Amino acid sequence: MSLHAIAPHGHDAHEAYVPVFTGARRAELDELLTRYPTRMAALLPALWMLQEDRGWVSPDGIEEVAQVLELTPAYIRGVVTFYTMYHQHPVGKHFVQVCTTTPCNVCGAEDVVTAFLKETKCGELGVTSPDGRFTIVEVECLGACGFATPVMINAALVECVSVDSVKDLVAGLD
Amino acid sequence: MGYPHPSHPDETPVISKYFGDAGARSLVGWQERGGYESLRTALATDPVEVQNVVKDSGLRGRGGAGFPTGVKWSFMKPDGKTHYLCVNADESEPGTFKDREIMRWTPHQLVEGTAIAAHAIYAETAYIYIRGEYTEPIARVTEAIREAYGAGILGANAMGSGKRVDVHVHKGAGAYICGEETALMNSLEGRRGNPRIKPPFPAVAGLFAQPTTINNVETVCAATHVLKHGADWYKSLSSPSNPRSTGTKLFSVCGNVARPGNYEVGMGFAMKDFLWDLCGGPPAGRRFKAIIPGGSSVPILTPEEAEAAVMDYEGIQAAGSLLGSGGVICFDDTQCMVRQIARLCRFYAHESCAQCTQCREGTAWTVKILERIRDGEGTMKDLDTLLEIADNMTGKTICVLSDSCATPVVSGLKKFRHEFEAKIQKNRSSVMIPSFSTAAA
Repeated sequence: MSLHAIAPHGHDAHEAYVPVFTGARRAELDELLTRYPTRMAALLPALWMLQEDRGWVSPDGIEEVAQVLELTPAYIRGVVTFYTMYHQHPVGKHFVQVCTTTPCNVCGAEDVVTAFLKETKCGELGVTSPDGRFTIVEVECLGACGFATPVMINAALVECVSVDSVKDLVAGLD
Repeated sequence: MGYPHPSHPDETPVISKYFGDAGARSLVGWQERGGYESLRTALATDPVEVQNVVKDSGLRGRGGAGFPTGVKWSFMKPDGKTHYLCVNADESEPGTFKDREIMRWTPHQLVEGTAIAAHAIYAETAYIYIRGEYTEPIARVTEAIREAYGAGILGANAMGSGKRVDVHVHKGAGAYICGEETALMNSLEGRRGNPRIKPPFPAVAGLFAQPTTINNVETVCAATHVLKHGADWYKSLSSPSNPRSTGTKLFSVCGNVARPGNYEVGMGFAMKDFLWDLCGGPPAGRRFKAIIPGGSSVPILTPEEAEAAVMDYEGIQAAGSLLGSGGVICFDDTQCMVRQIARLCRFYAHESCAQCTQCREGTAWTVKILERIRDGEGTMKDLDTLLEIADNMTGKTICVLSDSCATPVVSGLKKFRHEFEAKIQKNRSSVMIPSFSTAAA
């Protein structure tokens, strides 16, 4: 499937690309580069900056990172696809990751997933809701197993989510 | 302490003493609680002497492998090369969430431990590799590092010692395998997180091909207390009957249990008392069906086996499993073991880096067969096939992710074979209906 074909409302992948690494971002990256003996070591941080600013790791963004760090786009794509947290296509405004690995699974995590799919009208995992607000995915162990079911909503972690608390949680998101 | 529960009197809170105490998070708060005294002492002590104290304490790596920390540090010689310390905060072993609480509540404890370990291995630069999902721990540790630089604790002249200690946070991006030490180094270098073939070992050629030590978060934190109170004090915290497992250990408890949380006990603690007195046993009206005592990669125990065990490296091994990372996963009698073992294997299939064929293919086929059995479409021959695949996945790959996927299959089939057979023969799950079960004694 082409990356462009699944761009939801509000993310026109054909818009002119605006570089990320200018001004303060460039200064931030330059400071980071002083921490490592190689430019390549700044790749994961640079991809994080790109995703924070643009919402996803776009092909144009990969080109820019390649230029800045003196790597090839093909190499970077190989790295991006290895890690689950880099979005390879635009996602909803609220990216919801529900942990369903064994420790949470035995506490009913799959029911929490079902409740999110219903409450956000996403219907299906990985599919952005028609209004562009939500994308729900299952995620492997979030490292908060004693607080089942943990759910990450963008950069925030919500502990102890239950089927009963999903409705209020979703209603509280803009 | 049993965060988020009040500390139990039978616990020995050393590393977890300030969990839940927001005042311990700031530099001032940490110093008020005696923080950075150990680092000051360490920086004024020859690295070999620091290594020796930690060797004497018997402290072993808390990430899972249990390698003696002081011995690991002593591999690093003053050879004029650039040395690196990597602190492994990629905590992603299902069932384990102790480092998360260390970083959330006592980020300066980690910064202090990191600086001590860096000094002990002749390193001027340390990277704390924190998994990307740990947004709050990343923010807390980053702020603690900023404060420590501001106060001259880190930097070119750490605590006025004339020694340089730089500490940086490096944020992961979602990959369980990056908790494997050589994969972590590859990831830090900006590569895919593929484990490396050893040798060369990290102490010879690790991060950026330089001599490197990788330590778990809990390990370096324990070292600060060893240096502060001495090796004998540390050894006095654990059962004197087993001098090979010393000090305290943080255990994360989760799954079907009354009081999930992090508990810190002296090594050698009786697991029965741990499960029932500290953690409150299974949820009301249910019974334990299975216990995984050391994170998802170690063999599954029956409740009888677990309750007979003592909680140290040798004790849990004697019970047929491993201490691992200290993640205790509890299953009660409403759980179908076929379903849960299939789910666990799906985790490993998802997380395989895919460079070794036995792992890439083995994890995928294991899941396909287990899910087929789970869905009532299995055959008795599948059970033999699963064991055959598990054998092909054990001890034959670059890292142990493959072995970790085989482990629940082998131990599950040994101890819960009747559940697999019931699924195959009658498509029935051997689970208790909760409302009919009686409270366990």
